[in-house]
Amino acid sequence: MLLEVKKLHATVGDKEILKGIDLQVNAGEVHAIMGPNGSGKSTLASVLAGNERFEVTQGEVLFEDRNLLEMSIEDRARAGIFLGFQYPVEIPGVSMANFLKLAVNEQRKYHGQDPLTAGEFLKLMKEKAAIVELRDQLANRAVNEGFSGGEKKRNEIFQMAMLDPKLAILDETDSGLDIDALRIVATGVTRLSRPDNAMVVITHYQRLLDYIVPDYVHVLYDGRIIHTAGKELALELEERGYDWLIKDFQE
Amino acid sequence: MDEQQDILSRATEQEYAYGFTTDVDTEFIPKGLNEEVVRLISSKKDEPEWMTELRLRAFRHWQTLTIPHWAHLDIPEIDYQNIIYYAAPKAKKKLESMDEVDPELVATFNKLGIPLEEQMALSGVAVDAVMDSVSVKTTFRETLAEKGIIFCSFSEALADYPELVRKYMGSVVPYTDNFFAALNAAVFSDGSFCYIPPGVRCPMELSTYFRINAAGTGQFERTLIVADEGAYVSYLEGCTAPRRDENQLHAAVVEIVVHKDAEVKYSTVQNWYPGDKEGRGGVYNFVTKRGICKGKNAKLSWTQVETGSAVTWKYPSCILLGDNSAGEFYSVALTNNRQQADTGTKMIHLGKNTRSRIVSKGISAGRSQNSYRGLVKVGRKAEGVRNFSQCDSLLIGDKCGAHTFPHVDVNHPGATVEHEATTSKINEEQLFYCNQRGICTEDAVGLIVNGYAREVLNKLPMEFAVEAQKLLAISLEGSVG
Repeated sequence: MLLEVKKLHATVGDKEILKGIDLQVNAGEVHAIMGPNGSGKSTLASVLAGNERFEVTQGEVLFEDRNLLEMSIEDRARAGIFLGFQYPVEIPGVSMANFLKLAVNEQRKYHGQDPLTAGEFLKLMKEKAAIVELRDQLANRAVNEGFSGGEKKRNEIFQMAMLDPKLAILDETDSGLDIDALRIVATGVTRLSRPDNAMVVITHYQRLLDYIVPDYVHVLYDGRIIHTAGKELALELEERGYDWLIKDFQE
Repeated sequence: MDEQQDILSRATEQEYAYGFTTDVDTEFIPKGLNEEVVRLISSKKDEPEWMTELRLRAFRHWQTLTIPHWAHLDIPEIDYQNIIYYAAPKAKKKLESMDEVDPELVATFNKLGIPLEEQMALSGVAVDAVMDSVSVKTTFRETLAEKGIIFCSFSEALADYPELVRKYMGSVVPYTDNFFAALNAAVFSDGSFCYIPPGVRCPMELSTYFRINAAGTGQFERTLIVADEGAYVSYLEGCTAPRRDENQLHAAVVEIVVHKDAEVKYSTVQNWYPGDKEGRGGVYNFVTKRGICKGKNAKLSWTQVETGSAVTWKYPSCILLGDNSAGEFYSVALTNNRQQADTGTKMIHLGKNTRSRIVSKGISAGRSQNSYRGLVKVGRKAEGVRNFSQCDSLLIGDKCGAHTFPHVDVNHPGATVEHEATTSKINEEQLFYCNQRGICTEDAVGLIVNGYAREVLNKLPMEFAVEAQKLLAISLEGSVG
């Protein structure tokens, strides 16, 4: 098993956000996590990535049988966990090329590989930029600086392509995208999907799942997964909303 | 949150990486300052009478002055009688080649990563290396001489080109200018002299490395650069000093004269010993740097990366006298631990259609205080003046300070003066983003700081830019990871 989350509880300040999450992800699977605002979807993504704003109070997370919660943020990333941010931050003056070269080579170092040469790296960048239809001058632009909303999201998927993670967690990658950008992002993600990697896609809308077809759809509510089903659940949620599930859960 | 703070504070508590001293046989004159010491310095250097007189006039004037207190700096009382004003490595004989240089000195340069021979071979940079007070070695002098370029130590210039020195020395920074300029004029030990004849473009970057080495010796460098009509030169100055527990006074003067149609670029990387985490030791750096664009279309550009010294008091300035002349000031000043910096520039617009551009990037970490102080002055007759100033501050942690003191004095209604300022912090979101891509916090801070300073770093010559980038990262690095 790639990822195993057991009875995970997490708080921010005094407030408990995650109240016992159980989730199992195998290689080759795509999981969608849906749910109303404030249910804890982004918190789950942040906690898995290691964001120190949140404190894990109970539970266990195994990533390839290793205790993920004991690993630093950067080691989780190097080991193969990628978080596609809902709001990617700008890092003024730092070129995408410098940023990613460091990221890629840190990952290679972690796995005992030699760093890429400048030539190899630029070739890789060019190849991967094509996946999300980003133009070549990207290398010289500063990280997310002056990027439109759509460009920022495409840039996240581009970074995912560069880092080739085992587990990609995409946090509302579809929010704020027009239909063309959505298609580019979603097709990019689909092209990166392989039998040896997995994705957890957090989304509000069915429309992303038209492109990225999930094996499982989970509904998160009040810090718990209250329902899990196949891809057809997403369509049902689109039609009926969450209330019926919440009602069931509360009863 | 606390852990994040902890990582940040560890990341900013880097000890000085270049703290070592060399064991060289050094010749001192006794501590203290009086007319006799001034005469002694002058006679040790076999100076002409007029130079001795000038030193004495400067000394007498200095005695009437008190140390200025307007800067945002907290400087302990300096006992000027407790300083050795002259120290020279004992020369066994006159040096003809690299083989004759004291192996200890060569080893020091090697430790610093600036071996002369490699500099010569690899980068095509002519180096006038100043170790303590006497120039040890001048390179590429012959190559330069073919073009009529003079690049030598100040002492040599005084011996070989006394008329040039006499004509220009003190013409931009007279000894009456300020307390430290007066002190420097009285006791300056050595420095560099550069003259580019009319129409000559200097084919290589000129650079000087300064080091303060002998314990307790103040260093009083004097640099004079003259670009004659239509000439061009790019001049580099870089410094690293060995660590010391007692404070070291440094009061340098740099004067630049840019004639009609000429251009001078002056770049500095300053990394003197900043003191330890608690603010013990470290260099006191009181520098007067000023250039004059004398003729039409002259251009002077200052670029500085300041990471060292316990106290920095430094305002590289431009007097824009010639019509259509242009001045630039690009600065990165990084302070960490207990360092204090008060730095900036003065752009004095006197000629018509003169332009100036100021880009200042302050970085404060630890418990340091970092101030930008600037003056943009437009004279009554200066038509069509344009100035643009950008002053940014970046804060790392919550115990440091950043301050901006921009002064504008416009006496002509047609001037366009723009000022922009920002203050930002390295935020947790940026660090988390970098961490999530596999970049550790230490590297992330280096990356973010270099990105922030990029506009200035891009102005440095290539070989210096690389050094400066490393320096910014090193100055903030800690024991993380």
